[in-house]
Order: sequence, then C-alpha cells, then structure tokens
Amino acid sequence: MLSASIAKKVAMALSGLFLVFFLAQHFTINITSVIDPDTFNEWSHFMGTNPLVQFVLQPILIFGVVFHFIMGIIIELKNNKARQKGYAKYAGNKNSSWASRNMIISGAVVLAFLGLHFYDFWVPEMIYKYVEVNEALESRYYPELVHKFEDPIRVLIYVVSFVLLMFHLWHGFSSSFQTMGWNNKFSKGLQGFTKVYAIAIPAGFIFIALYLHFNQLSH
Amino acid sequence: MKLTLKIWRQKNASAKGAFKNYNVEDVDGDMSFLEMLDVLNADLIDKGEEPVEFDHDCREGICGSCNLQINGRPHGPKRHITTCQLHMRSFNDGDTIVIEPFRATAFPVIKDLVVDRSAFDRIQQAGGYISVNTSGNTIDANSIPVEKENADEAFNSATCIGCGACVAACVNASAMLFTSAKVSQFALLPQGEVEASRRVMNMVEQMDKEGFGGCSNTGACYIECPKDISLENIARINREYLKASVES
Repeated sequence: MLSASIAKKVAMALSGLFLVFFLAQHFTINITSVIDPDTFNEWSHFMGTNPLVQFVLQPILIFGVVFHFIMGIIIELKNNKARQKGYAKYAGNKNSSWASRNMIISGAVVLAFLGLHFYDFWVPEMIYKYVEVNEALESRYYPELVHKFEDPIRVLIYVVSFVLLMFHLWHGFSSSFQTMGWNNKFSKGLQGFTKVYAIAIPAGFIFIALYLHFNQLSH
Repeated sequence: MKLTLKIWRQKNASAKGAFKNYNVEDVDGDMSFLEMLDVLNADLIDKGEEPVEFDHDCREGICGSCNLQINGRPHGPKRHITTCQLHMRSFNDGDTIVIEPFRATAFPVIKDLVVDRSAFDRIQQAGGYISVNTSGNTIDANSIPVEKENADEAFNSATCIGCGACVAACVNASAMLFTSAKVSQFALLPQGEVEASRRVMNMVEQMDKEGFGGCSNTGACYIECPKDISLENIARINREYLKASVES
C-alpha cells in the first residue's frame, strides 16, 4: 500500500502532524514548570500514572516516532538514488530554503536528541516505576527536571536540537498540508499559523531549558 | 564580452565525461545563450574539434528542448524563461559560466549536454490523454460547458512544455510538477473525469518506475519552471491520487 511515492509522503505527513500535535501537548505541560511547579508535578503525575496514557497513548506515540523516522530514511534513500551524479555547481539556495532541502539533517539531529531525551527521562522513569516498582510520588517530577538542567552542556544540546527542530517544523508542518492535497484560498492563513508554531514551540522549549538552568544558578 | 565556459563533455552514454574549459570572445549582450554556444561551436569546427552537443529546436521558448543547467540553475539565472530566451546581457565580462546537463537518474546523458527525457513521454503515455471517439462522430469539445475558472486552470497546467527543469532543480530529482500538470490539465475538465482514477494511478506508477525521486515540497520546481506551473498542481495530484486509492 505504501509502495507509491505519494502514499509514502502522505504517511510521512500524517505521522508528522501527529507528532506536531504531541509536541504542543508536551509543551503545555512543560511550561507549567516555569509557572507553577506544583501544577507541573500534578500534570506529570497524571501522565505518568494514567493507564490510558501509559498503555495506549504512549505506545501509539512511540510507534508514531519510529514510523516517522523509518519512513523518512526510506524516502531519503529513494530520493538519493534519483540523482546518483550530482551537479558540479548547484544553486539550491536560489530556489528553495535550506530547511526544505535538508529535512534529513534536521531530522537526524532531532532523532539524536530524542535518544538523549529518552535516556534522560523516559528510561529512568520506566525503571523507577516498572523495574524497581517504587511508589509513584507526585512531588518527584519537578526536582528531577531541575536536576537535569544543571549541566550547561545538556542545556546547550537542548538549545541546538530545538533550533534544528525549528527548521524541521518550518518546512515540515506547512508542507504536510500540501502533501495531503490541501492547497486553496485558506492555505495562506494556515501557512502563517504553521510558521508561527514552528518558531514559538521550539523557542518555548529553549526558554524552559534556559530558565531552569539560570534559575538554579541564581539560587 | 569575454567569457570562460566550463562545459561538461561526454562522448556517449557510457563514457565517463569531464569538464572542459573554453574561452569565447566578442560575445554580444544581445545574443541568446544558444547563439553564444553556436559561436563557440563554429569556432571549434574551424579548429577541427568536436562541437559541443546540446538540445534545441524552436528557439522561442515553446518546445522545451534547450535544457541546460547554467551556473547551478536550470535555464540559467532568470525566472520564467527557457535557455533559448536567456540573453548574454545577463552575464558580465570575464564571467566563468558552468554548463552541465540536467542531472537525474531518469534523464541519462546521451552526449555532452544532451539528456534522454523519454521518461516524460512514458509517463504521458501511461495516462496523460483522454479516450475519444474519432471515427467521424467526434463531439465538438466546445459543446461541453466548462467553468471559466477550471478552463483557465486546466489551460495553465497544459502550458507545461516538459522541459525537465522541475526535475533538474529538485533536490530529489522529482518529476511531480510535470506529472501533476499533465494530470491536472484533464482532472479539471469534464472530459477527463471518466479516466481520472486510472490516469493518476498509472501516471504516478510510471513516474516511480522511471526512478524519479519523491516530492518534498521544496518549491524549487515551480521557481525554475519557465511556464510558471504552480504548486497547486502537486496538491491536486496528491488529492486525485488519494481519491483514486480510496475508490479502488
């Protein structure tokens, strides 16, 4: 079913939109860590203990992430085959954006970041809850989060990764609608929204990382 | 104007090929790019050397034959023109111009700057037509009312000259703009409705079979298209494809 190039791209667009939706939800919870740590703990506890989130939504999310990356690599390999000998002189910047031509690079950086992110938060959480079977303390989330952002190198990696995510979303979010055949009089407005989203959400994540890091230094 | 031309020379499809530098003098700003190459070739013939092979036919921007990659862009630095419509006043005295064939696995080099674009013909043959009775009972096309907006859009799509600049410009060497234009020119008309599903499925299948890359919506294709074929065509082919997939 996914043999045709258009079918692959549609699958890519749909999984991408799902991840965009997830990102907004993730950001909504994370920003509470800056506003009110108790709310952050409460919401994190809910997400970490609710069976629907843990055993239905979480596997769907992991599948979505893995699917998006595998499909991205498959598409990239096929596209590379379509031009085996490149140009001696190529003026790609005259007709397209860097972000649109290098989705595989921004995607690879985001993938590497996700590896670190899983190592930082998801793996310890899974061990804490399901291996060591500890008591699910609601108050533990905020201190753990703050602790992670003590290290300036980690903060730097976060900032760089989210800048690359910005590029990835800048092209990918708006492009997904075109892939699904949506290009009409409303598209311009939607494009505007996707561009604002592409900047605002990663910038928000960067702000959270920097805030938590520098807030600790000031105390 | 004096220019240095860095031109891709390749004896035949199986030869390796390499760049060769040529100096051309007395280039007039009002010459077309192809006329400048004619001058170079006349000079090479005079010297007993092999002239540079390049495709051309109408030399008035209609046939889509003169497909050259000039300084990293299909048809050169100007928008909405073919190579034959590019004039030498777009360059400066002393410039070095890099001239390459369009690069795509589906467009193999035949010789020097000439590539085989028959992949486009095969995509067209896979469904870029409507089946009409031509046995003497042909119905006048004008007897079927078509909305003005649709007629205009279909006409715009039909202005694609199949030059291959979209493929050459695309980072993925995708033929989506070409194929989508050929699908759109019928998808918008009642005459094209009957075979719509079969058309889009077959043409996309052929496009993939030819080895073109997928579309990642960079927009380079329509920026470099000499006929300004819009990206709406690509959205339309995606729609048509999804519709046909659901129906089948």
